Amino acid sequence: MRHVITLLVENEFGVLARIASLFSGRGFNIECLSVAETLDPTVSTMTIITHGDDQIIEQVLKQLNKLIPVIKVVDLVDKDFVEREMVLVKVSATEKTREEILRITDIFRGKVIDVGARTYTIEVTGDEKKMDALLTLLKPLGIKELVRTGRVAMARGSKAITELT
Amino acid sequence: MKKTGSQIIIECLKKEGVETLFNYPGGAVLPFFDELVDAPFHQILVRHEQAAVHAADGYARASGKAGVVVVTSGPGATNTVTGIATAYMDSIPIVILTGQIPTHLIGNDAFQEADIVGITRPCTKHNYLVKEIKDLSRILREAFYIARSGRPGPVLVDLPKDILVGSAEFKYPEKVSIRGYRPTLEGHPGQVQRAVHLILKSKKPVFYVGGGIISSNASRELFAFSDKLGIPVTMTLMGLGGFPGNHPLSLGMLGMHGTYQANMAVMESDLLIAVGARFDDRVTGKLESFAPQARVIHIDIDPTSISKNVKVDLPIVGDCKRTLSKMLSLIEKEDHQALREGLHKWHRQIESWKAIYDMHYQQEQIIKPQYVIEKMDELTGGEAIVTTEVGQNQMWAAQYYKFLKPRTFLTSGGLGTMGYGFPAALGAQVAFPNRLVIGISGDGSFQMNSQELATAVQYRLPVKVAILNNGFLGMVRQWQEFFYGKRYASSSLEGVSPDFVKLAEAYGAVGLRATKPEEVVPVLKKAFSIPEPVVIDFLIDPEENVYPMVPAGEPLNQMRLV
Repeated sequence: MRHVITLLVENEFGVLARIASLFSGRGFNIECLSVAETLDPTVSTMTIITHGDDQIIEQVLKQLNKLIPVIKVVDLVDKDFVEREMVLVKVSATEKTREEILRITDIFRGKVIDVGARTYTIEVTGDEKKMDALLTLLKPLGIKELVRTGRVAMARGSKAITELT
Repeated sequence: MKKTGSQIIIECLKKEGVETLFNYPGGAVLPFFDELVDAPFHQILVRHEQAAVHAADGYARASGKAGVVVVTSGPGATNTVTGIATAYMDSIPIVILTGQIPTHLIGNDAFQEADIVGITRPCTKHNYLVKEIKDLSRILREAFYIARSGRPGPVLVDLPKDILVGSAEFKYPEKVSIRGYRPTLEGHPGQVQRAVHLILKSKKPVFYVGGGIISSNASRELFAFSDKLGIPVTMTLMGLGGFPGNHPLSLGMLGMHGTYQANMAVMESDLLIAVGARFDDRVTGKLESFAPQARVIHIDIDPTSISKNVKVDLPIVGDCKRTLSKMLSLIEKEDHQALREGLHKWHRQIESWKAIYDMHYQQEQIIKPQYVIEKMDELTGGEAIVTTEVGQNQMWAAQYYKFLKPRTFLTSGGLGTMGYGFPAALGAQVAFPNRLVIGISGDGSFQMNSQELATAVQYRLPVKVAILNNGFLGMVRQWQEFFYGKRYASSSLEGVSPDFVKLAEAYGAVGLRATKPEEVVPVLKKAFSIPEPVVIDFLIDPEENVYPMVPAGEPLNQMRLV
């Protein structure tokens, strides 16, 4: 089963390496990982998406907690949460397809952020399903390049991660 | 007052109560060694950095204090890796200080540069590269705190040369506060209460205890608990000494080379009380059929150990000593007479297993390794500190020496490191100069760190190394005999090992040899009476095997008995 794990970690060198080596050393899989500083510059937040049965996920959470620079670990999967990702797509734009690309971009509330002689570069944010739908539509038109930020997630409601159990 | 980095380290070590350093100098760490000339530490210069870590490990296991190692950058640091991994797997508190090239050269492939923080990340509890001298005292304080607390383990601190020679205001941080590290010591009260009720209702309970009993100093609590209620105790290799091996309630060791009664008791038990143990594959055999009838209570300070391999019915995260003591005080308030009386039947069943098969061997004209260990046990009254290497020598020591007290059996259980035992014995001897320390060894293992004879002689550490010399890498040979059609690939050392008596003498130690069973006792007596390092070469039966044996991946009750 897919799990979305959010972590607070010390913002110091080597933390990413510790987490990455924990996943590789113990054979846990990692679908995507994103990390950035929080308001408090000594703390970073990380979102990790992983797969595994209950026993594996229990180990993933415990092993993450065991790392000294990891301050807090929350598995969002049994909570209500929002999840977003940004993608940049460079699509071939011919005379025939220009209109169609703009229409799709509009439907997905995206933006054209760069125009080349034969391409549009589009920026779209959303959850995994939205991204998949967008890419399914754009693929036949010719995707030249695709970059995704990886997902970030946050629990719904008024509680911050520091207040979640 | 301002101090140099090297002086700050020395002040921190003093504050941490460090008395002994196991070290090996080199270029990058020389500023610190220069400062050590006037420092009040007992310093042991080993002959290989791996041995420094094993010696610090033996020192830590025997004394309960943190061991400290100082080595240089690059190869000095990489040589410590096996020692660190050994200590990590067995949860031994060690602080390793490694020299490093100056910070401005890091990443340039400088002479004797190695990314030791990167290399040891997966085999340390935590590690640090000191980048600014202002962090030095805090990092050292944290390093010792992390190494000693919770589930103990090795912590490495990498010290660039410019940090050692730089200067800063020294202030020792009295308090440690690490927001991501707060070990749980007290077991959850509700869980503890539920555990007590499970125990009171059980008919065939067994304590299954591991190294956590030793590291949390919980043997007295375990003894009181078991003795009060009559609950039998089986120990893992790491747990030996945690409960007296000669006590009627001791089942001995369980697992691959465990006793018949221990393995049968686990398979028949209705309640397994696991304390400071981690359900290692050498203990459980085939996981699906491990303790099939038992509910499982698991007490451990490390949450990751719980439900990792075996689904646990009642987990308790907490310190073994505190939790056992809490449970016992609760049981004393309840009516436990019925449980105690009900256990007579269980005791009789265990007796009957003992009658079916007890540890034994055939005495012949050639020295049997089991006989050597048995005689050691008799002559020392179970009071010696015993270290082992890995393989047959380790298993025979575990089976035939009746360890009575914690911290008397030092062995590499998790990583299974050949070459561990001899330097660990030196470390234990440094911690206890007046106690008898025996390093049980094989002809293969001893050669993995035999250079430490020089260290033993230099510091007059009177360890007794007993080589069970069968001319083979014995456990490899045994597996090849059982599972690889007797094709002895690369396992014979016959005729190609040095003369161990002469080797000892070359280093200035005493060498003795026993070739016949009747020589065993006189040679042991003689060795124990010599106040110097002694190597004894016991020429044993080359084809003796370790029994019982549960082949890897089979259920515990599928033991090969002969």
